[in-house]
Amino acid sequence: MCLLKARQGCILPRPPNMENMIKVKERLYKWLFTILAFASLIFLVGIVIVLFKEALPIFKKVKALEFIFGKFWYPTYDPPEFGIFPLILASVWVSVGAMLVCVPLGVGSALYLNEIASHKQKAVLKPLVEILASIPSIVYGFFGMVVLAPFLQNLLHLPIGLCAFTASLTLGIMATPTVCSIAEDALSYVPKSFREASFAVGANRWQTLVKVVIPAAGSGISTAIILGMSRAIGETMTVLMVAGGAAVIPKSFFDPVRPMTSAIAAEMGEAPMGSDHFHALFAIALILFLITFVFNVIAEAISRKYRIKLGLSG
Amino acid sequence: MDSKTLIMEDRQNCVCSQSDLVKIKAQDINFFYGKQQALKDINLDVLSNKVTAIIGPSGCGKSTFIRLFNRMHELVPNTTLTGRIYLDGQDILGACVDPAEIRRRIGMVFQKPNPFPKNIFENISYGLEVNGIKNKEFIEGRVIESLKKAALWDEVKDRLHDSALNLSGGQQQRLCIARCLAVKPEVLLFDEPCASLDPISTRKIEELILELKKDYAIVIVTHNMQQAARVSDYTGFFLLGELIEFDKTEKIFKAPKNQKTEDYITGRFG
Repeated sequence: MCLLKARQGCILPRPPNMENMIKVKERLYKWLFTILAFASLIFLVGIVIVLFKEALPIFKKVKALEFIFGKFWYPTYDPPEFGIFPLILASVWVSVGAMLVCVPLGVGSALYLNEIASHKQKAVLKPLVEILASIPSIVYGFFGMVVLAPFLQNLLHLPIGLCAFTASLTLGIMATPTVCSIAEDALSYVPKSFREASFAVGANRWQTLVKVVIPAAGSGISTAIILGMSRAIGETMTVLMVAGGAAVIPKSFFDPVRPMTSAIAAEMGEAPMGSDHFHALFAIALILFLITFVFNVIAEAISRKYRIKLGLSG
Repeated sequence: MDSKTLIMEDRQNCVCSQSDLVKIKAQDINFFYGKQQALKDINLDVLSNKVTAIIGPSGCGKSTFIRLFNRMHELVPNTTLTGRIYLDGQDILGACVDPAEIRRRIGMVFQKPNPFPKNIFENISYGLEVNGIKNKEFIEGRVIESLKKAALWDEVKDRLHDSALNLSGGQQQRLCIARCLAVKPEVLLFDEPCASLDPISTRKIEELILELKKDYAIVIVTHNMQQAARVSDYTGFFLLGELIEFDKTEKIFKAPKNQKTEDYITGRFG
């Protein structure tokens, strides 16, 4: 040990004040990164506290179950009614519709990119998909409102083009690149050796894909789907623009609806601060937060299981 | 239908009787990755019921060479192959030959054990299922038979439905051998099968290879010269994509004709 020290001393003869400088720098970096790491935690805790603090007063006036399962959302009537069931249903309606669009499209294109596309095609397509994921949602909203809604209205002879169906389509198209990108990552994490082993016993490409690659990437693909879903359910701008905005329980896919997010965005400006309406909107946000939180926890749990299954370190 | 009946029948019966028969014949093989030549004018025969070892330093084309036998090279884009490879006199590189059929007849065990993330039973039944066999009793019988042949049965018979990934490295490699055996191949290719195994597991695999020799033609690529000397009957020495020398293992190790072979064997390089 002594010898080692002496050796170090002769290889790197540092003046004592430089040693100090290094120590100070190290300590500084350590603190800086600690603060940064805790910042996100502090933000999270802050947001949750604000959400609860502003949301809870409404539950003194309306019971939680009545709030969630109430059929009428008339926050500005006298007396007001705070039942967000139509809003929740609208969110579910639109998200399920979006899933029906984005899962086949996203997973299908991921399979194409990973299994069929040549290197050149993939080199062009994958970045394009990622650019698609980075388009602001308001642009998708515009597209839905100006192009898709009139088109569908004419095509299907709808009374109004802005409805749950249009919103589903727009959201679905929007979530597709997210699903595709994550699912493609999951597929490319499947070790090459699995494919080789499958081919080596005489399996063809299709069998290898269905029986080995997709099951091995299965949890990654489900993570992709859940994250796409949570993007769809939390999306505000697009649904505000294309869903139609009627806060009534939808009877079909072609009724205008008002999902939870667009209710908050549209009404927050006109709700007097501290009023029941104001607190009710916070309560909607809280419920929305809990829903997406659950989605993310599930996604995380699945992807952890998947890593263990593939023998990668957790 | 054709492949199904082929695989159902017990092929060993017709192979065993003819010893010292050329099983695989590689003729004038040249192979390129893009424009880079990986194999140059290689001619080599693999005999039935013999172990043929392929030795040589890293990057000399050994693995590339044996991957041609079961057409695994086709999974790598941008490669060119000229020359002929015959299995029992039939050209296996022909356009009308189904690579899946060739891969059933020529099984392969890889460098790193690569069981599927499925249970032990499913790992072995997989090859039968993808070849269209549905009869459950038949599959079960074949799984047990394969595990016994791969000397793994006693260790796993009570946990066939546990994940294959819970097995040790050596057990996983024997599982991969069993997976190969299940589709009743005629030839077994081993691509550095012990590279990631400890000495005890390595010994087990080597004993297994000597046992399997009775029924199959075997080709083994190895870095380990002692291993080649222990298990093989014939040895080919590869250097920079060329087959420098090919002869009976004894001759290669005791009296190599080529100076380069001697240098490699005596450890002067590589």
